[in-house]
Amino acid sequence: MKVEYEKKDKLLILKITEEIDHHSCEKIKKRADYEIEIHIPKKVVFDFSNVNFMDSSGIGMIIGRYKLVKMFGGKMELINVKPSIKKILEMSGILKLISIEETGGSEFEKCI
Amino acid sequence: MKNVYENEMKLEFLSKSSNESFARITVAAFASQLDPSLEEIADIKTAVSEAVTNCIIHGYEEKEGIIKIKCKLFANSIEIEISDNGKGIEDIEKARQVLYTSKSELERSGMGFTIMESFMDEVKVESVLGVGTKVTMKKMIKVTDGIEEMKVRL
Repeated sequence: MKVEYEKKDKLLILKITEEIDHHSCEKIKKRADYEIEIHIPKKVVFDFSNVNFMDSSGIGMIIGRYKLVKMFGGKMELINVKPSIKKILEMSGILKLISIEETGGSEFEKCI
Repeated sequence: MKNVYENEMKLEFLSKSSNESFARITVAAFASQLDPSLEEIADIKTAVSEAVTNCIIHGYEEKEGIIKIKCKLFANSIEIEISDNGKGIEDIEKARQVLYTSKSELERSGMGFTIMESFMDEVKVESVLGVGTKVTMKKMIKVTDGIEEMKVRL
Protein backbone atom coordinates (compact mmCIF):
# COMPACT_ATOMS: atom_id res chain seq x y z
CA MET A 1 0.00 0.00 0.00
CA LYS A 2 1.23 3.45 -0.93
CA VAL A 3 0.51 6.19 1.57
CA GLU A 4 0.40 9.91 0.94
CA TYR A 5 -0.51 12.54 3.50
CA GLU A 6 -1.35 16.13 2.65
CA LYS A 7 -0.83 18.04 5.90
CA LYS A 8 -2.49 21.26 4.78
CA ASP A 9 -5.81 19.62 3.97
CA LYS A 10 -5.44 16.80 6.47
CA LEU A 11 -5.99 14.45 3.57
CA LEU A 12 -4.81 10.85 3.73
CA ILE A 13 -4.56 8.90 0.49
CA LEU A 14 -4.22 5.14 0.75
CA LYS A 15 -3.45 3.52 -2.56
CA ILE A 16 -4.03 -0.21 -2.37
CA THR A 17 -1.65 -2.07 -4.65
CA GLU A 18 -2.88 -5.66 -4.42
CA GLU A 19 -5.96 -7.84 -4.77
CA ILE A 20 -8.24 -7.51 -1.74
CA ASP A 21 -9.25 -10.81 -0.15
CA HIS A 22 -9.28 -12.32 3.34
CA HIS A 23 -5.52 -12.93 3.07
CA SER A 24 -4.42 -9.43 2.08
CA CYS A 25 -7.05 -7.68 4.23
CA GLU A 26 -5.25 -8.20 7.53
CA LYS A 27 -2.18 -6.37 6.29
CA ILE A 28 -4.21 -3.58 4.68
CA LYS A 29 -6.31 -3.10 7.85
CA LYS A 30 -3.26 -2.84 10.09
CA ARG A 31 -1.47 -0.31 7.89
CA ALA A 32 -4.59 1.79 7.25
CA ASP A 33 -5.50 1.91 10.96
CA TYR A 34 -1.96 2.93 11.84
CA GLU A 35 -1.96 5.78 9.31
CA ILE A 36 -5.44 6.96 10.34
CA GLU A 37 -4.55 6.90 14.02
CA ILE A 38 -1.31 8.88 13.68
CA HIS A 39 -2.69 11.51 11.26
CA ILE A 40 -6.35 11.80 12.37
CA PRO A 41 -7.22 12.98 8.84
CA LYS A 42 -10.25 15.04 7.85
CA LYS A 43 -10.61 12.91 4.78
CA VAL A 44 -9.39 9.45 3.83
CA VAL A 45 -9.28 8.49 0.17
CA PHE A 46 -8.89 4.84 -0.80
CA ASP A 47 -7.42 4.70 -4.28
CA PHE A 48 -8.49 1.52 -6.09
CA SER A 49 -6.71 2.17 -9.41
CA ASN A 50 -4.38 -0.81 -8.85
CA VAL A 51 -7.02 -3.14 -7.44
CA ASN A 52 -8.22 -5.72 -9.94
CA PHE A 53 -10.03 -7.99 -7.52
CA MET A 54 -12.01 -7.66 -4.32
CA ASP A 55 -14.31 -10.09 -2.52
CA SER A 56 -16.60 -9.55 0.48
CA SER A 57 -13.58 -9.39 2.82
CA GLY A 58 -12.99 -5.95 1.29
CA ILE A 59 -16.44 -4.78 2.34
CA GLY A 60 -15.73 -5.65 5.97
CA MET A 61 -12.37 -3.91 5.66
CA ILE A 62 -13.91 -0.71 4.23
CA ILE A 63 -16.72 -0.59 6.83
CA GLY A 64 -14.20 -1.08 9.65
CA ARG A 65 -12.01 1.80 8.40
CA TYR A 66 -15.09 3.97 7.83
CA LYS A 67 -16.12 3.53 11.47
CA LEU A 68 -12.64 4.51 12.63
CA VAL A 69 -12.43 7.57 10.38
CA LYS A 70 -15.91 8.68 11.44
CA MET A 71 -15.01 8.28 15.09
CA PHE A 72 -12.31 10.91 14.54
CA GLY A 73 -14.80 13.13 12.71
CA GLY A 74 -13.42 12.51 9.22
CA LYS A 75 -14.89 11.55 5.86
CA MET A 76 -14.09 8.71 3.51
CA GLU A 77 -14.10 8.36 -0.25
CA LEU A 78 -13.21 5.67 -2.78
CA ILE A 79 -11.66 6.53 -6.14
CA ASN A 80 -10.82 4.74 -9.41
CA VAL A 81 -13.03 1.73 -8.67
CA LYS A 82 -13.27 -0.85 -11.45
CA PRO A 83 -16.75 -2.06 -12.57
CA SER A 84 -16.38 -5.60 -11.16
CA ILE A 85 -15.57 -4.15 -7.73
CA LYS A 86 -18.30 -1.53 -7.97
CA LYS A 87 -20.79 -4.35 -8.47
CA ILE A 88 -19.88 -5.82 -5.05
CA LEU A 89 -19.88 -2.43 -3.34
CA GLU A 90 -23.34 -1.68 -4.74
CA MET A 91 -24.65 -5.02 -3.57
CA SER A 92 -23.42 -4.44 -0.02
CA GLY A 93 -25.19 -1.12 0.36
CA ILE A 94 -22.12 0.69 1.72
CA LEU A 95 -22.29 3.26 -1.07
CA LYS A 96 -25.04 4.89 0.98
CA LEU A 97 -22.33 5.80 3.48
CA ILE A 98 -19.22 6.13 1.35
CA SER A 99 -19.10 7.80 -2.04
CA ILE A 100 -17.18 6.73 -5.12
CA GLU A 101 -15.54 9.56 -7.04
CA GLU A 102 -15.36 8.75 -10.73
CA THR A 103 -12.34 10.65 -12.05
CA GLY A 104 -9.72 10.54 -9.36
CA GLY A 105 -11.12 13.49 -7.41
CA SER A 106 -9.70 17.00 -7.44
CA GLU A 107 -7.86 16.63 -4.11
CA PHE A 108 -6.06 13.62 -5.42
CA GLU A 109 -4.81 15.40 -8.52
CA LYS A 110 -3.51 18.28 -6.40
CA CYS A 111 -1.34 15.81 -4.56
CA ILE A 112 0.43 14.44 -7.60
CA MET B 1 -30.86 -33.36 -21.35
CA LYS B 2 -27.23 -33.66 -22.17
CA ASN B 3 -25.43 -34.16 -18.92
CA VAL B 4 -22.10 -35.33 -20.19
CA TYR B 5 -19.29 -33.04 -19.22
CA GLU B 6 -16.50 -32.24 -21.57
CA ASN B 7 -13.67 -31.64 -19.16
CA GLU B 8 -12.89 -31.98 -15.48
CA MET B 9 -10.22 -30.98 -12.99
CA LYS B 10 -9.59 -31.53 -9.29
CA LEU B 11 -7.58 -29.42 -6.92
CA GLU B 12 -6.52 -30.03 -3.32
CA PHE B 13 -4.68 -27.57 -1.11
CA LEU B 14 -4.11 -26.60 2.51
CA SER B 15 -6.52 -24.17 4.14
CA LYS B 16 -4.05 -21.31 4.18
CA SER B 17 -5.30 -17.83 3.32
CA SER B 18 -2.41 -17.41 0.88
CA ASN B 19 -4.10 -20.12 -1.24
CA GLU B 20 -7.24 -18.03 -1.80
CA SER B 21 -5.79 -16.26 -4.81
CA PHE B 22 -4.27 -19.51 -6.10
CA ALA B 23 -7.69 -21.20 -5.98
CA ARG B 24 -9.65 -18.47 -7.78
CA ILE B 25 -6.97 -17.91 -10.42
CA THR B 26 -6.72 -21.66 -11.14
CA VAL B 27 -10.49 -22.08 -11.48
CA ALA B 28 -10.67 -18.97 -13.69
CA ALA B 29 -7.88 -20.34 -15.90
CA PHE B 30 -9.73 -23.65 -16.28
CA ALA B 31 -13.03 -21.86 -16.99
CA SER B 32 -11.37 -19.80 -19.71
CA GLN B 33 -11.67 -22.86 -21.98
CA LEU B 34 -15.35 -21.93 -22.35
CA ASP B 35 -14.35 -18.49 -23.63
CA PRO B 36 -16.26 -16.54 -20.99
CA SER B 37 -16.53 -12.75 -20.94
CA LEU B 38 -14.39 -10.70 -18.56
CA GLU B 39 -17.44 -10.14 -16.39
CA GLU B 40 -18.21 -13.87 -16.21
CA ILE B 41 -14.59 -14.58 -15.23
CA ALA B 42 -14.72 -11.89 -12.52
CA ASP B 43 -17.97 -13.41 -11.18
CA ILE B 44 -16.42 -16.89 -11.02
CA LYS B 45 -13.28 -15.60 -9.29
CA THR B 46 -15.30 -13.76 -6.68
CA ALA B 47 -17.63 -16.70 -5.97
CA VAL B 48 -14.67 -19.11 -5.61
CA SER B 49 -12.88 -16.67 -3.32
CA GLU B 50 -15.97 -16.43 -1.10
CA ALA B 51 -16.39 -20.20 -0.86
CA VAL B 52 -12.71 -20.88 -0.17
CA THR B 53 -12.58 -18.10 2.45
CA ASN B 54 -15.59 -19.71 4.14
CA CYS B 55 -13.75 -23.05 4.32
CA ILE B 56 -10.73 -21.36 5.92
CA ILE B 57 -12.50 -19.07 8.39
CA HIS B 58 -15.59 -21.09 9.26
CA GLY B 59 -14.94 -24.71 8.24
CA TYR B 60 -11.46 -24.99 9.69
CA GLU B 61 -11.54 -21.85 11.88
CA GLU B 62 -8.06 -20.94 10.61
CA LYS B 63 -6.60 -24.33 11.61
CA GLU B 64 -4.96 -26.55 9.06
CA GLY B 65 -7.16 -28.69 6.86
CA ILE B 66 -7.63 -29.67 3.25
CA ILE B 67 -9.86 -27.85 0.79
CA LYS B 68 -10.98 -29.67 -2.34
CA ILE B 69 -12.22 -28.14 -5.56
CA LYS B 70 -13.75 -30.10 -8.41
CA CYS B 71 -14.66 -28.35 -11.66
CA LYS B 72 -16.63 -29.69 -14.56
CA LEU B 73 -17.00 -27.96 -17.88
CA PHE B 74 -20.14 -28.55 -19.92
CA ALA B 75 -20.88 -27.17 -23.38
CA ASN B 76 -22.05 -23.83 -22.03
CA SER B 77 -21.68 -23.97 -18.27
CA ILE B 78 -19.24 -24.65 -15.48
CA GLU B 79 -19.89 -26.52 -12.26
CA ILE B 80 -17.62 -25.84 -9.29
CA GLU B 81 -17.69 -27.96 -6.16
CA ILE B 82 -15.76 -26.62 -3.15
CA SER B 83 -15.60 -28.76 -0.02
CA ASP B 84 -13.92 -29.01 3.35
CA ASN B 85 -13.85 -31.55 6.19
CA GLY B 86 -14.33 -28.89 8.80
CA LYS B 87 -16.86 -28.29 11.51
CA GLY B 88 -19.93 -27.97 9.30
CA ILE B 89 -22.79 -25.46 9.34
CA GLU B 90 -25.43 -25.77 12.03
CA ASP B 91 -28.15 -23.78 10.27
CA ILE B 92 -27.65 -23.44 6.52
CA GLU B 93 -30.69 -21.19 6.05
CA LYS B 94 -29.33 -18.75 8.59
CA ALA B 95 -25.82 -18.86 7.12
CA ARG B 96 -27.21 -17.96 3.70
CA GLN B 97 -29.06 -14.89 4.99
CA VAL B 98 -27.82 -11.52 3.78
CA LEU B 99 -25.49 -9.84 6.29
CA TYR B 100 -25.56 -12.79 8.68
CA THR B 101 -22.12 -13.61 10.04
CA SER B 102 -21.04 -15.77 12.93
CA LYS B 103 -17.70 -13.96 12.95
CA SER B 104 -18.55 -10.27 13.30
CA GLU B 105 -15.47 -9.78 15.47
CA LEU B 106 -13.36 -10.45 12.36
CA GLU B 107 -15.10 -7.62 10.47
CA ARG B 108 -16.78 -10.12 8.18
CA SER B 109 -19.56 -8.52 6.18
CA GLY B 110 -21.90 -11.53 5.98
CA MET B 111 -22.07 -11.13 2.20
CA GLY B 112 -20.33 -14.36 1.17
CA PHE B 113 -23.31 -16.54 0.26
CA THR B 114 -25.23 -13.55 -1.12
CA ILE B 115 -22.37 -12.84 -3.54
CA MET B 116 -22.14 -16.51 -4.55
CA GLU B 117 -25.90 -16.60 -5.18
CA SER B 118 -26.01 -13.45 -7.26
CA PHE B 119 -22.82 -14.08 -9.25
CA MET B 120 -23.58 -17.72 -10.05
CA ASP B 121 -26.74 -19.26 -11.51
CA GLU B 122 -27.11 -22.04 -8.96
CA VAL B 123 -25.68 -22.49 -5.47
CA LYS B 124 -26.26 -25.64 -3.45
CA VAL B 125 -24.97 -26.00 0.12
CA GLU B 126 -24.69 -29.35 1.86
CA SER B 127 -23.28 -29.65 5.35
CA VAL B 128 -22.99 -32.17 8.16
CA LEU B 129 -21.88 -31.03 11.61
CA GLY B 130 -18.43 -32.35 12.42
CA VAL B 131 -18.02 -33.83 8.94
CA GLY B 132 -17.77 -30.88 6.58
CA THR B 133 -19.40 -28.63 4.04
CA LYS B 134 -19.78 -28.79 0.28
CA VAL B 135 -20.82 -25.87 -1.88
CA THR B 136 -21.76 -26.64 -5.48
CA MET B 137 -22.11 -23.70 -7.84
CA LYS B 138 -23.07 -23.57 -11.48
CA LYS B 139 -22.67 -20.77 -13.95
CA MET B 140 -23.96 -20.56 -17.48
CA ILE B 141 -21.43 -19.16 -19.94
CA LYS B 142 -22.93 -17.37 -22.91
CA VAL B 143 -21.66 -18.79 -26.15
CA THR B 144 -20.20 -15.93 -28.15
CA ASP B 145 -19.76 -17.77 -31.38
CA GLY B 146 -19.25 -15.31 -34.22
CA ILE B 147 -21.85 -17.02 -36.43
CA GLU B 148 -24.45 -17.01 -33.65
CA GLU B 149 -23.86 -13.32 -33.09
CA MET B 150 -24.39 -12.62 -36.77
CA LYS B 151 -27.64 -14.57 -36.74
CA VAL B 152 -28.86 -12.46 -33.83
CA ARG B 153 -28.03 -9.28 -35.68
CA LEU B 154 -29.83 -10.46 -38.83
